[in-house]
Amino acid sequence: MRKTRLADIIEKYESSLLSDWVDIQTKALGRAGGRITDSALRDNSHDFVQALRLSLSTASTDDLQAPAWAGLRDILANLSRQRAVMGFSPAETATFVFSFKSALFKRLREAYPDDAETLAEETWLATDLLDRLGLFTTEVYQKSREDVIIRQQQEMLELSTPVVELWPGILALPLIGTLDSARTQVVMQNLLEALVAKSADLAIVDITGVPTVDTLVAQHLLKTVSAARLMGAECIISGIRPQIAQTIIHLGVDLAGVITKANLADAFRLALRKKSLVVTKA
Amino acid sequence: MDRIPILRIGPFLLVTIQVDMHDQLAMVLQDELTARIVRDSARGVLIDISSLDIVDSFIGRMLSNIAGMARVLDAETVVVGMQPSVAITLVELGLSLPGIRTALNVDRGMELLQKSLESEGATAGEQNG
Repeated sequence: MRKTRLADIIEKYESSLLSDWVDIQTKALGRAGGRITDSALRDNSHDFVQALRLSLSTASTDDLQAPAWAGLRDILANLSRQRAVMGFSPAETATFVFSFKSALFKRLREAYPDDAETLAEETWLATDLLDRLGLFTTEVYQKSREDVIIRQQQEMLELSTPVVELWPGILALPLIGTLDSARTQVVMQNLLEALVAKSADLAIVDITGVPTVDTLVAQHLLKTVSAARLMGAECIISGIRPQIAQTIIHLGVDLAGVITKANLADAFRLALRKKSLVVTKA
Repeated sequence: MDRIPILRIGPFLLVTIQVDMHDQLAMVLQDELTARIVRDSARGVLIDISSLDIVDSFIGRMLSNIAGMARVLDAETVVVGMQPSVAITLVELGLSLPGIRTALNVDRGMELLQKSLESEGATAGEQNG
């Protein structure tokens, strides 16, 4: 087991170590420093140094997953999550740990002015430990960013599939954004449930807001139309832009058996006619 | 043994499927239904599957068969009340039940049959006159 005297050194030089480190961080952050207050930075740094000293004095640096390191891991995890939310870049977040090296090494050199071997050994131990802690922060940062992305995706999914009633018995589903399998599933489900809830037998699926239609998207649309047909409702696809009409034909997608219209107004007119309704001037 | 009741409403027959279908039951239903179409000279058949949560290829084929048999006996078949989840499953399975007419609920199905009966009567009238 490697025994290190880092804990003693940190304890001995704690206050000067801390002030050096905070200076380095402030400098490194530069313009990004505006996102975090000096006192918060100082508190973070203080907590980190305290926890690091405590862990070093009780456990070896071999296994950072050991319970003795749990306190420090928690502090770093919290810090990464906070900074991810505050909009720090991964580099800026990891710099928090890495910048501690230069402050620490300076003190190490002071502590062992004549003992080159010990200095080298302690430096190696410290750099190894801080590298691992830095990687840990980056990992947590990445994870919290991924959580944010997943949450946003779900929110978009909920936002992007409104079913509106244009007329009693006529529903419209304006689709916006790219259709993938997961979204189509939600769209299909929403539409079919709305058909039952409103007892509507005509649905207009408007794809004006769908940027590209490939074979997969066309397949999804056809599935939605067939599912609606199985339930006894008719689907009209509207909002097909010239470009998309060309793509569909080039791809060889068979839209026969599906009523298509160039725009929503035409589709609505057709839907009214199917219900034997006429719009006249007042 | 389970039996599926067949109710007569005017010139139409209403079949409500509420239990799990299996071979034997499907055979009995086909027998009875065809017999009733002939006996009541029914012009339409409504099959209500609104209480079925699970529909597999077997039931899909059975519905197609019944529709085919009824057509031969000059009655039109409408499947009504399919659940959204069932519709999605059938489409994912690649079964779009071609040749079967569908409606949202029994009311709509009845309207559909009535309309096709009227239009048939109109064309028949023109031919005769």
